[in-house]
Amino acid sequence: MIARVFRYEFLQAYRRRSELVTPVVFFVMVCSMFPLALGSVREVLAPLASGIIWVAALLATLLSLDQMFRQDFDDGILEQMELSEVPFYQMVSIKILAHWCLTGLPLVILSPLLAMMLFMPSESYLSLTLGLFLGTPILSLIGAIGAALTLKIRRGNVVLSLLIMPLYVPVLIFGATAPAMAAQGIVPTAQLLWLGAMLAMAATLAPLAAAFGLRINIYGS
Amino acid sequence: MNWVWFHKWASPKWFFQKTQRLQIWLAALALILLVTGTVWGLAFAPEDFKQGNSFRIFYIHVPSAILAQSIFMAMAIAGSVGLIWRIKLAHVFVEVAAPIGASITLLALVTGAIWGKPTWGTWWVWDARLTSTLIQFFIYLGIISLYQSIENRDTAAKATAVACLVGVVNLPIIKFSVNWWNTLHQPATFKLTEAPSMSAEMYIPGLVMLVGFYMFFALLVVVRMRTEILQREKGAFWVREYLEQKNVL
Repeated sequence: MIARVFRYEFLQAYRRRSELVTPVVFFVMVCSMFPLALGSVREVLAPLASGIIWVAALLATLLSLDQMFRQDFDDGILEQMELSEVPFYQMVSIKILAHWCLTGLPLVILSPLLAMMLFMPSESYLSLTLGLFLGTPILSLIGAIGAALTLKIRRGNVVLSLLIMPLYVPVLIFGATAPAMAAQGIVPTAQLLWLGAMLAMAATLAPLAAAFGLRINIYGS
Repeated sequence: MNWVWFHKWASPKWFFQKTQRLQIWLAALALILLVTGTVWGLAFAPEDFKQGNSFRIFYIHVPSAILAQSIFMAMAIAGSVGLIWRIKLAHVFVEVAAPIGASITLLALVTGAIWGKPTWGTWWVWDARLTSTLIQFFIYLGIISLYQSIENRDTAAKATAVACLVGVVNLPIIKFSVNWWNTLHQPATFKLTEAPSMSAEMYIPGLVMLVGFYMFFALLVVVRMRTEILQREKGAFWVREYLEQKNVL
């Protein structure tokens, strides 16, 4: 059952390809705006690179969150998932995982390329990619709660961003400082461990909260 | 233990009738405490050795900062009460407390900035406490906008309660990470965190102000909750009766 839901998510995403690539294109575009605004000097961009990439990843995730449940809610599939014998929070977890594979993972894969374009020192590449690998799932998980709560709002995207962005602060801090530490020659174990800890916490709690939020919208009104 | 007294407060009618007198008491207490605290703090408390008179904004700044955090906590507790026992009044509390909490947080930020200018020479520093208060303000705004934009009142109340709970779980993590981030970037130039080794004659007016702030918050909440109850229960018989007594209808 779970494998079928996963497959369904990918099939849906494949049939709406243009929506799928939008966050990724957005991510690349935002990153390339910074050299245009700040100047193309290596000394200026290099220390800012990790922050730029992280903020762009955060915005790209926010952009994609609104679509996480909306389509399935509108055509009633979400309700069927709630009624099925598989616990609903597991369904929600699968949906979040699929969402991350389709929006977060491409950002992780693209990040070394953008790091290079922003003149990030090569010692920092690994910690940036690892940090994004641990951090972007947290963004999807926390974002899922927001997407669940704002499901019935017509232009939900703005409210969703307002609600969720403050909660992204810890991820942003640990994620963006890890490459900065690495650039100074310090191994950023602490930051990555913290991201891992937050991922463990978000992975266990966020699907429950998101499932609860979805139930409010399915049964409410 | 007998919980009947508790359940009675869950009834809008009971709440409305019982708070009729309470709000007058709260208003009197808040007025007395705030006036006493302000006059005492601004005129009679001794001047600070280093900061001179500029420290007196302490009497507004510190109570508002403390109250801002308590309101968030209270909203989360009320939100969970509303979700678990399905008490509508708890949701009403969350709804009316959120804008007050946001205003008080803003007050703490603004008074902090005004205090920062003469003491530190700048309106704003990215100090750990200032930053986490700013983020708390953002969380308040997010919760208010969530409540405002969901049309169905019941759905809105429940969604807001969940958002409050998620916010409360996150606040300690945010505070910790901001602290950590700050110590990483720069050594703390200004320590706000040190316990004020103040003399009693300086901090007692502060305590008076603190209690006054709490009373003022309680008063605002009660008044706004009563208005909200009247609006929600406008079809109920006792509301019509009450309005007729007041010669409104």
